[in-house]
Amino acid sequence: MSNFSLKNMMTRQDVLGFFVLAVLLLVIMPLSMDIIRLTQFGKYLSFAFVAVGLVLCWGYGGILSLGQGVFYGLGGYALAMFLKLEASSPENTAIQSTPGIPDFMDWNRITELPWFWEPFNSFTFSLLAILIVPTIFAYFIGFAMFKRRVGGVYFAIITQAISSILTILIIGQQGYTGGVNGITDLRTLLGWNIRSDYASYVFYFIGVALLFVCLFVAQFITKSKLGRILVAMRGQEDRVRFSGYDVANFKIFVFCVGAAFAAVGGAMFTLQEKFMSPSFVGIVPSIEMVIFCAVGGRMSILGAVYGAILVNVAKTYFGESFPELWLFAMGLLFIGVVVAFPDGLAGVYQKYCAPTVDKFLDKAPLFKRYSGDSSYSGSSSSHEPVNAS
Amino acid sequence: MNAATATATNTDFVLAVEGLTVSFDGFKAVDDLSFYVDEKEIRVIIGPNGAGKTTVLDLICGRTKATSGSVKFRNKELTTLKEHEIVKAGVGRKFQNPSIYEDLTVFENLELCYPRGRNVFGALFFKRDAKVISKVREVAEMINLKDELESQADLLSHGQKQWLEIGMLLIQDPDLLMLDEPVAGMSVTERKQTAELLRRITNDRSVIVIEHDMQFVAEIADHVTVMHQGKILAEGSAEKVKQDPKVIEVYLGH
Amino acid sequence: MFSDYTATELGSIFAMQGFAGLILFAVFLLMALGLAIIFGQMGVINMAHGEFMILGAYMTYLTSNLFAEYLPGLFDAYFFVAIVVAFLASAALGAFVEWAMIRRLYHRPLDTLLATWGLSLLMQQSYRSIFGAREVGVRIPDWMAGSFPVTDIVELPINGLIVMLIAIGVTFCVYLLMFKSSWGRRVRAVVQNRPMAGAVGINTAKVDRMTFALGCGIAGIAGSAFTMIGSTGPSAGQQYIVDTFLVVVFGGAASLLGTVASAFSISQAQSTMEFFLGGSMAKVLTLMTVVIILMFRPQGLFTLKVRK
Ligand SMILES: Nc1ncnc2c1ncn2[C@@H]1O[C@H](COP(=O)(O)OP(=O)(O)O)[C@@H](O)[C@H]1O
Ligand SMILES: [Mg+2]
Repeated sequence: MSNFSLKNMMTRQDVLGFFVLAVLLLVIMPLSMDIIRLTQFGKYLSFAFVAVGLVLCWGYGGILSLGQGVFYGLGGYALAMFLKLEASSPENTAIQSTPGIPDFMDWNRITELPWFWEPFNSFTFSLLAILIVPTIFAYFIGFAMFKRRVGGVYFAIITQAISSILTILIIGQQGYTGGVNGITDLRTLLGWNIRSDYASYVFYFIGVALLFVCLFVAQFITKSKLGRILVAMRGQEDRVRFSGYDVANFKIFVFCVGAAFAAVGGAMFTLQEKFMSPSFVGIVPSIEMVIFCAVGGRMSILGAVYGAILVNVAKTYFGESFPELWLFAMGLLFIGVVVAFPDGLAGVYQKYCAPTVDKFLDKAPLFKRYSGDSSYSGSSSSHEPVNAS
Repeated sequence: MNAATATATNTDFVLAVEGLTVSFDGFKAVDDLSFYVDEKEIRVIIGPNGAGKTTVLDLICGRTKATSGSVKFRNKELTTLKEHEIVKAGVGRKFQNPSIYEDLTVFENLELCYPRGRNVFGALFFKRDAKVISKVREVAEMINLKDELESQADLLSHGQKQWLEIGMLLIQDPDLLMLDEPVAGMSVTERKQTAELLRRITNDRSVIVIEHDMQFVAEIADHVTVMHQGKILAEGSAEKVKQDPKVIEVYLGH
Repeated sequence: MFSDYTATELGSIFAMQGFAGLILFAVFLLMALGLAIIFGQMGVINMAHGEFMILGAYMTYLTSNLFAEYLPGLFDAYFFVAIVVAFLASAALGAFVEWAMIRRLYHRPLDTLLATWGLSLLMQQSYRSIFGAREVGVRIPDWMAGSFPVTDIVELPINGLIVMLIAIGVTFCVYLLMFKSSWGRRVRAVVQNRPMAGAVGINTAKVDRMTFALGCGIAGIAGSAFTMIGSTGPSAGQQYIVDTFLVVVFGGAASLLGTVASAFSISQAQSTMEFFLGGSMAKVLTLMTVVIILMFRPQGLFTLKVRK
């Protein structure tokens, strides 16, 4: 299996990038922050999952989904439902008129656990549901749209409509979903207190580990022939058909992967913030997720992580001190990154830093013998500038 | 039309087009067209601009859906298949404007067309093994691009792009090769090289070529079909159609 | 849900909600018209379209205040002046935006979508800074506030009728402009073959700017109509963009009559279901139906077979 070796999958710049990110997330951040801020940082990372998925869908495949919040939300809700049921044991909810069901159901005069909540009593089911429900949903959307060759702007707006529908539905069906407040007051996971500092550390590191799993999957996809097919498809969809590929299937696949990543991110959010609400499902959060990806660079999976972190840090600190200015800043960010910096941070890095880093790597003993560029693994596909999308 | 009397189920033909019609808003770009291509035959289609030549290729390769009629490739009906299924059946098509993957390198362009790993997981776990590399090198050698393997495709000259697209077809190893004006827009030397290339690659397969250059046509064609306004005006050897008064009037005259 | 009502009651309910939905129909129609013009012309989705509508609504609000202050005698007629003001303001801003931003993004429709979303955020925040975060309402002249009684329970609101007539009128003008004027011929020439149109001497940049401005201006008129059904707030426009785009696609992007029909059916469906299900479920059901239909018929409901 020589083809799947590290060398084929990553250039030395990639290796360096993964290494730096790992040091940052696993060493620097945990050592430099208290647990409250680290958990907040973990929340930013949960958005990075979505952004990485968007690099695959949008950057590579040219499929702009404005409904990633749907999958983020579905993943988050799946876990939140499990945790909520655990928190709603008959002992904990003895004061309710119907003990044993979540509090918001009781407030909405529901006396019996709805059928679709039942399976979430099982931890295994819930874990599977986090991945499978959003992926299947994405599959149906993708199948219906891509097989009929609907794409581009139409697809973007339809996904936006879906996120709008789901938000209204969640808010409207309070008794079943917790309404606008979402599912809150989550306490234990299999009897283990998730509110302790210790648990928060564990969740942070689980989150980072899962993020790296997603990053490696994404790296594998982008370096495979499938990644090159996506790039080819983005510009010359018709031509790819005449090279013998069923274009729709590739789009469906990458859309599903993006959805699965987003769902894992959503679940990590629930774990770390101990709630899930419709405010991460709707139109506005979904399109903000796209900007995380755009800021990082739509063709760069590592860039997407930095994009998600940076925009969220800015939002937290800047947004809290100057809320009026923040919306202006966000508006300008959308316009600026699209008009002036379509390659985002990664583009800036490629242009100004990469050559210097390359020179440095030539001298570095560790990297001297490592060359990710095996014969003909032309690196152009991963770094070329954005053209028509 | 000597072959028109043959029955549709005749297995001797690689390609049997019968009664093929397509209408765009009532305008019949191809009108009740029938022709047959033999094993290893080189068929050239000529005709004035707008005659419907490109549309015929579009219909065969599934880019445009026929209004009526049938296209049988080795007795397999193509009009109901999707584009990629037609490719898998063994039909390759070169477009009139060079249509290559500009964001990829020449190597990657060729590799992408290598007929393996064409479904999602096949592509994901596609292995660039020695066989693939040597095949790509072999084809690159044929199309004079072996020194450009690492170049990004949009940096190639117009002629090189045309060759690359031909190479992308060759690596698919189709039984029927369809080329839409392969030497259009080329310099004289490029033309020569292309003619030579075509002669080499047309040895062991059936080919349909659309071309305007009559000298070029005479050199390569087994049969020539002349189209005019969606219909066949004349058919036969290059010599024969050159003498045909109808053909001279609508096409060769000017 | 129908079983609680008698047949006559049901008839009246449908009629009443139908009339009440007229203003929604007018808003949808005008919004969709503007969006469709821009989309058809340049393949650009203007995500700030709702904000252009709200600009029109604020202009209507300002005009009504000005009339109340300085021309109280003419207050009854302010609405017609407001429509013109709203159109001009939104169109002017639209022309500016096209010049400053959109023209740099042709051939990148998805990027335009994101950039115009950014624009919508800028506009929302500007409204908040200028007009305040609180929603403002417009005083409707007395004569427009009344209604014709049709039967003893069914009433036809006058403002709904007027707004609908204006919407139909604007649609008709757009039809004349696009299909009967020389300007419309130039627009269509650019749509069909941009380089060719440029080569025969059409100033394509100018055509683009005017088209974008026209689309935005019509959104401004929609804003005037909007003041009749909702209060105007900085982010009131945002929720309309998805609905409006669905109206456009549902009607078949290229067909004017389709847009009218789809604006009508969507607004009526929503308005009627609202009575039985409440606002949010009505919206969910309408959107869901439209999305599902579009998944099976992406070309829209009312399209003729046209060449691609
Ligand atoms: N998809 C289409 N829709 C409408 N008309 C078309 C389409 N494709 C081709 N045509 C028309 O069909 C005619 C034949 O075109 P074409 O096959 O390109 O001619 P040729 O290749 O012989 O020059 C032209 O008049 C062209 O405008
Ligand atoms: Mg042609």
